[in-house]
Amino acid sequence: MIEISNIRKAYADTIVVRDVSLQIPRRGITSIIGSNGAGKSTLLSMISRLTPMTAGTVTVDGLDVTKTPSDVLAKRLSILRQDYRIGSRLTVRDLVEFGRYPYSKGRLTAEDRSQADKAIGFLGLEALADRFLDELSGGQRQRAYVAMVLCQDTDYVLFDEPLNNLDMRHAVGMMKLLRQAADNLEKTIVLVLHDINFASCYSDYIVAMRDGVLIRHGSPDEIMTREAIREVYDMDVDIRDIDGRRIAVYYT
Amino acid sequence: MPVKHLLLAAITITVLALISLLIGGGDLSLAALLSPQEGQYAAQILLISRIPRTLALILAGTAMAVAGTIMQMLTRNRFVEPSTAGTVESASLGLLIVTLFAPEASVIVKMLVAAGFALAGTALFLRILRLVPLRSVLTVPLVGIMLGGIIGAVANFIAYRFDLLQSLNAWTTGDFSGVLRGRYELLWIAFALTLLAYLAADRLTLAGMGRDFATNLGLRYRSVVSFGLVIVAMVTATIVVTVGMLPFLGLVVPNVVSLLMGDNMRRSLPWIAMLGAGLVLVCDIVGRVVYYPYEIPIGTIMGIVGSALFLLLLLKGRERLA
Ligand SMILES: Nc1ncnc2c1ncn2[C@@H]1O[C@H](COP(=O)(O)OP(=O)(O)OP(=O)(O)O)[C@@H](O)[C@H]1O
Ligand SMILES: [Mg+2]
Repeated sequence: MIEISNIRKAYADTIVVRDVSLQIPRRGITSIIGSNGAGKSTLLSMISRLTPMTAGTVTVDGLDVTKTPSDVLAKRLSILRQDYRIGSRLTVRDLVEFGRYPYSKGRLTAEDRSQADKAIGFLGLEALADRFLDELSGGQRQRAYVAMVLCQDTDYVLFDEPLNNLDMRHAVGMMKLLRQAADNLEKTIVLVLHDINFASCYSDYIVAMRDGVLIRHGSPDEIMTREAIREVYDMDVDIRDIDGRRIAVYYT
Repeated sequence: MPVKHLLLAAITITVLALISLLIGGGDLSLAALLSPQEGQYAAQILLISRIPRTLALILAGTAMAVAGTIMQMLTRNRFVEPSTAGTVESASLGLLIVTLFAPEASVIVKMLVAAGFALAGTALFLRILRLVPLRSVLTVPLVGIMLGGIIGAVANFIAYRFDLLQSLNAWTTGDFSGVLRGRYELLWIAFALTLLAYLAADRLTLAGMGRDFATNLGLRYRSVVSFGLVIVAMVTATIVVTVGMLPFLGLVVPNVVSLLMGDNMRRSLPWIAMLGAGLVLVCDIVGRVVYYPYEIPIGTIMGIVGSALFLLLLLKGRERLA
């Protein structure tokens, strides 16, 4: 379980995450929604110890993330940031194999290599495995990063906008893959999503943020209501039931 | 790239090293070496001057190219190397100060003081980078060059006051003509440091992907950065103390290798090391041959060849680097 108590982040005088407390249960998918600047990425990077918090604590399976040695945590929790800009020229395979670093420390075993191959296969990157990252399209690169994080094979996986740059088919493929990872491999997955319909269809819980405050959380059915969405985005949208799923019609 | 290519490169380096052994002021040919009368004299030249010089070239070239690579990984910028980050100027300043205050100090002590200054200067550079908000690709080396300019000016001023300008010039311009047995052995330290860097290749590669990326994979980013900085500072200091700075080497070699085979240092470091050694050997041979029997200092040749290659890189690789 990820236990977040009273965390806060302030830059100078501006508070961007304001006393958020939340428990994310084991297994399943939790999606975080909210408008630009709501503090979603900041929350995720505090949970994953990449950004120091101004106040509060986060524990993962009882381990305090700011006190646990980084290499221990790296075997439990992994994160894909929203805006990785790796300047290095690495091949897709190199990148994915680095996902095994917490275990192998650079000495890859046969097991590590087969994990990397599996991750490359899951994301359909076989044909691109020996290409350099800086010679890929945005969506292909995004898939390579996801493959790396999957290769890290941690119980808890945080993704900040994993659908960035992905086309319709790959976006659905990605969400299905994450759903499988949650159901079959018992992973705990936390996502930041902008498309609330993906959040509605694939998550077990939805957490909504606004101006640094966690304003709602609950099941997709609880969050996918006209009032809740208005509260989160200041926008009136039509929510329809389609084949037992709640879908927001927000294109017009 | 397969082992076969690596072997081929090693053979090329060996051939260059042999050429480097056989050319130069005094007569030294295979025939002379083998003849009974001149043999002993020729062997003396070989042992006291030629072999040390060739070794010094190889060691310094290797170490400088690797140090440049490490700097580029740590700053995540392809235009940074010890001479564009204030490292060299700091090392010279340190050397100047120890020469003034403790002229009798052993060369090891001098080198360590220079390394300490180099470390402080480079750390200051990284610090400034963190404070400069918009980091475009070119601001980073510009900041480094400016910092180097300031430190260099201080060093120049002191050297001028105490009549040490000539020494200062020798430290900042590479020249192998004075290399003799007993005067280059410090470079083995630089070489040992590059081997150490190779052992840490994965960690350095990871650090090159950025703090967040490295932390996610459990790397202690700060300690890797410190480790890299210490290596760069020590290598620069040894080179400044023994043969003088080789400009551009740490810039050109890592960039060429990166273009050809990427940045996974476990794979690329052997190539960077060999290309570094090869380029220095070639520049030195050219410097000894074009104006025979006089010698053009290698720093000058490297400056010309290096800046030409660097301009080429800037123009050709712009879309990739930006
Ligand atoms: N380094 C920083 N210094 C100052 N303010 C920052 C910094 N990083 C983020 N912020 C501010 O914190 C707020 C929250 O940012 P955050 O990146 O968490 O938003 P987000 O919910 O992920 O938005 P998006 O949907 O656009 O990704 C924003 O108002 C942003 O401007
Ligand atoms: Mg964000």
